[in-house]
This record gives sequence, C-alpha cells and structure tokens, in this order.
Amino acid sequence: MKHVLSALLGAATLLGSAPSIAQTTLTIATVNNSDMIRMQALTNEFTAKNPDITVKWVTLEENVLRQRVTTDIATKGGQFDVLTIGTYEVPIWAKKNWLIPLDNLGPDYDTADLLPKIRDAVSASGKLYAAPFYGESSMVMYRTDLFQKAGLTMPEKPTWDFVIEAAKKLTDKSDGVYGICLRGKAGWGENMAFLTAMSNSFGARWFDEKWQPQFDKPEWKKTLSTYVDLMKAAGPPGASSNGFNENLALFNSGKCAMWIDATVAASMVTNPKDSRVADKVGFALAPNAGLGKNANWLWAWNLAIPAGSKKTAAAEKFIAWATSKDYTKLVASKEGWANVPPGTRTSLYQNPEYLKVAPFAKLTLASIDAADPNKPTVQPVPYVGVQYAAIPEFQGIGTSVGQQFSAALAGSSTVDAALAAAQSATEREMKRAGYIK
Amino acid sequence: MATEQTQVLGRALLTPAVALLFIWMIVPLAMTIYFSTLHYSLLDAETWSFVGLENFRYFLTDPAFLTALRNTLVLVGSVLAITILLGTPLALLLDQQVVGRSVVRLMVIAPFFVMPTVSALVWKNLLMHPVSGLFAWIATLVGATPIDWFNDVPLLAVILIVAWQWLPFATLILLTALQSQDEEQKEAAEMDGASAVSTFIYLTLPHLARPITVVILIETIFLLTVFAEIFVTTGGGPGLATTNIAFLIYQQALVQYDVGNASAGGLVAVVIANIVAFFLVRIVGRNLEA
Repeated sequence: MKHVLSALLGAATLLGSAPSIAQTTLTIATVNNSDMIRMQALTNEFTAKNPDITVKWVTLEENVLRQRVTTDIATKGGQFDVLTIGTYEVPIWAKKNWLIPLDNLGPDYDTADLLPKIRDAVSASGKLYAAPFYGESSMVMYRTDLFQKAGLTMPEKPTWDFVIEAAKKLTDKSDGVYGICLRGKAGWGENMAFLTAMSNSFGARWFDEKWQPQFDKPEWKKTLSTYVDLMKAAGPPGASSNGFNENLALFNSGKCAMWIDATVAASMVTNPKDSRVADKVGFALAPNAGLGKNANWLWAWNLAIPAGSKKTAAAEKFIAWATSKDYTKLVASKEGWANVPPGTRTSLYQNPEYLKVAPFAKLTLASIDAADPNKPTVQPVPYVGVQYAAIPEFQGIGTSVGQQFSAALAGSSTVDAALAAAQSATEREMKRAGYIK
Repeated sequence: MATEQTQVLGRALLTPAVALLFIWMIVPLAMTIYFSTLHYSLLDAETWSFVGLENFRYFLTDPAFLTALRNTLVLVGSVLAITILLGTPLALLLDQQVVGRSVVRLMVIAPFFVMPTVSALVWKNLLMHPVSGLFAWIATLVGATPIDWFNDVPLLAVILIVAWQWLPFATLILLTALQSQDEEQKEAAEMDGASAVSTFIYLTLPHLARPITVVILIETIFLLTVFAEIFVTTGGGPGLATTNIAFLIYQQALVQYDVGNASAGGLVAVVIANIVAFFLVRIVGRNLEA
C-alpha cells in the first residue's frame, strides 16, 4: 500500500512540475509603506527581464510583518525567500546565522556607493547581510514663517537650549500653535526611538559595558526631565498618545512650530497635497547638547535572504534589482524624482535632479552621516544601534520603559518614579535573559 | 427502546467524533501547558530548557500584574454597567412605534459592526483628540478647557470606546426580549391603573432578567480580552493606566517572542477568566435556571 502511494505521489509530482521546471517563484515578505507598494507595482519590469522568475508578495503592516517574519525564520518555516527587515534585526539575525551574506549581488551593484553609515548598519563582521531599500535619520522640521514672525533664526546645528527657548517663545496656545511636537506614545519604535536618540545627545546610554541598565544615572534624569518640562511648557495636549502619524497630522495642519522626527517625513510635510504648510517648512540637524552627539537616529528597511532558502540565486537577483541605482532611475522616470526611495546611496545625493525637487536632501544626508550605530553614545556601550540596542530582548524592554516614560509625560508619574521603575524593570528583564547575574 | 447491541453500536459509532472533539480541545491545551514550563524564546530557539514553574513565577511577580488585573476588572465592570444601564432604556425606546423605526434601529446597531481598531482610531483622532477632536471643539465653543482624554483619564476613555461598541449588542438582545413580552399582560396592567414605572419594575424588568444575564455572560467573555482599542489608543499607558491582562501578555510575551512566558501568561488568563465566570454564574446564573 505504502509503495503504491509513494509511487503515485512521485508520478504526480513529476507530472506537476514538468512544464514549469525552469520557473522559480520568489515569495517576498514586505511592509506596507508607500515605497514598498511602489516596488510591488514595478515588479513587472523585473520579471520581464527575468522570465524564469515569478514573484509572489506578502505585504503586511509593520508589527505583523515583524511577527510573521520572526516566527518563520526562528522556526525555520521557509515560507519566504526574501524578507523585509529593519536595521534592528540585521545584526541580531546575522549573528545567529539566520541570514545569508549578500556577496553575489552582481558586478553592477556598486556596494561602495551605499551610504557608509547605512552600510555599517546592515553589515556584520565586514559582510553585507541585507541590502538597504530606504534609509532615514531624524531631524528638526520647523515653520519658517513662525520663526520669522518671532524674530528667530534656526541655526543649522541647533542646541537643545535654543530649541527649548524657541519652542517656548513660539507657543501660542490660544491660537492652537504649539512650540514643539514630539513623540509620546509608548513603544520601542515610538517614544523610545526619539527618547533614546535624545538621550544619546545628553550623554546617556541604555547599558554600561557590563550590561547594567543606566536609568539611575544623572544623564537619563536630565534627558527625561528636559523632555517632560519642554513638552509641558510648549507641547500639544495629549502628547502622551502621539506617535509619528499623529504628529505628522498636527504639523501638516499647522499646529506645531517645530517637530523632530524621521527624515522621511520631510517629503510629506513639503507635499502641498497633504500639508497646509508645505511652502513654509525649514530643516535643521537634530539638536545637540554640546557633547558631540546629535539626537539623530538611524533606520533603514532592508531586503535580506533567510538562511536555508533554496532559491538564493533568484532572490539575489531580485534584491540587486530592487536596491540598485537603476531601480532609483526607474522610479524617477515613472513617478518623478521626489518619490525615489531615499537615504541609501551617495549617488542620489549628488544627483542635481533629485536635489532640485528635494530641499531636505542635504540635511537628510548630513543627519544620516551624523548617526553611528557602532558608536551611538558619548560613553562606550556593549550594543549596536543608535535609537535601540540590537539585542532580542530590547523590543519588550523598550516598550515597558516607554510606558513608564509616557506616564511621566502624562503627569501620572514623576520623572524620578518613572526612571526608578524603568531601571528595575530593565534589570529584571536583563537578569532573566542572563546578561547580568 | 434500544437494545444493548444497538447501544453499544451507537457508542462505537460516536467514538470517532468524540475522540476528534477531545483531541481538538486537549492538544492545544496540552501544548500550552507544556510550553509554559520551558524557557523557550523564538529568538533563541536553540537553547530551550525545562524550567518548571519559573515562567508563572515570573509572570505573576511582574510589578505590572496586579495593576493589569485591577484594570481588567474595572474595564469589564464599567462597560457591563454602562451597556446594561443605557441599553435597557434604549431598547425600551426602540420598542415603541415610531416613524422610520427600522432605520433608527440600524443606526443604533451600527457601532457593533465597526472593527475595534477602526472605531478606536476614529474616537482617538476625530472625537477625543484634545486639539483637533470634536469634543475639544465643543468644549472651546462653550468656553471650557478641552479634556485631554488619553492623558488625564485614559482608562475612562478606553471604557467609553468599548462601551460604545458593546452598547448595540446589549440593546439588540434586550430589544428582542422586549418584543417577546406578553402584550396582553401589559394591557391588563394598564387597565388596572398601573403606572409606567411600576409596569416596568414589576413586569418588564423580571422579563428582562434572563436576557440581561446572557448579555453579562457573553460580554464578560469578550471584554476580558479587550486589546485592539488599547493597542491603538494608548499602548497600555500612560504608565500602566490602561494595561489589562490581555495587553500585559502581549507586551510581556509576544513582543519578546517568549513562547514559555506567553504560554504561562495565557494559562493565567484562562484561570482568571474561569474564576470570573464562576462567580458570575453563581451571582447571575441562577436566573437562567428559572
């Protein structure tokens, strides 16, 4: 019986696969950001050049994508041939040998053209483990008209003192204009992304070299109290539930004089279709406290190949296509230069056509250059990553610390209590994970 | 009048179905119990080990656990109270003969069909937003300071959103019950000169006891696991103000991909749900037996 069955099965497999023997189907998991949706629409250009490859997309929201991809790769599920992952995952997964190093992206790929900071962020021990699709840092976006009216000039490299003073001066609560909008919603990728970047500029760090949490140190106290005081004096009401999208809406409707957030927001606040203040936006580097670090972060969405994929060659072909200079040109020819994925290649920032339509290009590049995932803070740290620590435990820790900090912002907890709670929660988690005894 | 043979045959024929149901139920439960005794993180899958009750100890000693438990009970209790106290008069109103009754009913029931994430977004950004929300606009119209809902009264804000979603459910069940009420009895009461209030207290309310019990039981089951509304609006914060058990499990376990801890948390939640259900059935379940 068994023999008959397996013989039948074998025959069926042979019959089924015979006509499509040369076809490779790539299953690609990606995030539902506009740049990736655009890539999906342009897939035909890739398959036209590579008739032996068909592409199947699995497009998901960021959190769901992260869960699906992590579960798949951790259980060796093999559902996907190409993964879209953030800079947070790359060093962790590379260390676990969950990713294939991208050595064969072809002679035209031009690895040297990748922005050095982004290339560092997606490399481990000198090898590229993911190819950046778009990258970002953080910067100050501000209203030139309000600054002019108040007689203020934004320096190109503002200090926190200046930002605080300007924010207080520009706040006009009766008119519904707030000096500064910052993230307050709890989450490791929400308020903690901003606060960690900010803490770097104040000389704070998450852990010392022995993985001991540092929330009981004066640098963190200074970071958090500065943030809370600033938001109380010049922030919008309800800030403790504001994330990227909420602040974008506030800024675009003219309610914020300044907003410090991702550089990718620059093209959204200057787009007259979405923004009421499109022609009145200026840009500056993220603030510093004179310690040599700006409140910059560094992030990129990247394409990578999971270890154990049986379609490596086709996957490499696709990745090389989607992250190449030619892809940028393709998007520009179809949708205009303003819509090309930013933040990954030096050549884009030397392209006069791009610089003409993107007034924020120069500062985006400067901001990305200012962030260093391998040396994120003033003092030495045992982890990689600017606005996160690239250890598996960080997502959970970051989110619970973020909750404590949002309580301090909401006023339902004090700065000291929030820091003490953050310290003990982080210690507890790090002990459980075995980093500290 | 089954003979012994047909009885045996009947049982034998039932066995596959029963066995299937049993496996259906027991395998996931057994897996969860098994995983809850492991130190098993998806991100460190190679080094799993048996740790006994360590995961439970870790979950239960979490400083956030008691707050989350309290928030869960407050949330469930408040929403139950609001939906029943408002649902009954609403059902009474909808039971009246008015012009366009079917349209009105549809409108009242509509919130129940809005996805939790969507309604949370709408409430957060269009209604309760302290700068651009409708409530803030009304408050400034009458010269009051807008309430900063998710900052100052976050749990109340979540309760209002969830109650808004579940009010139609309570109304619908109660309305159905009202329509099965004996009209002749009501007419008799009217002829005897009973006031509307006493008709309601002595006739309608006892009639509604059973549907109210059903509403309480069903809503409790779903309200114990409220998650989307919290995730979208406050992310469990500020602080722990809106963290319930479901959100705590998500945050402690799923964000970390910690299978062991997640299983332990899940089992704790099952136990809590059973305790709540036990007391609920004892308190209100008697109505069902009548």
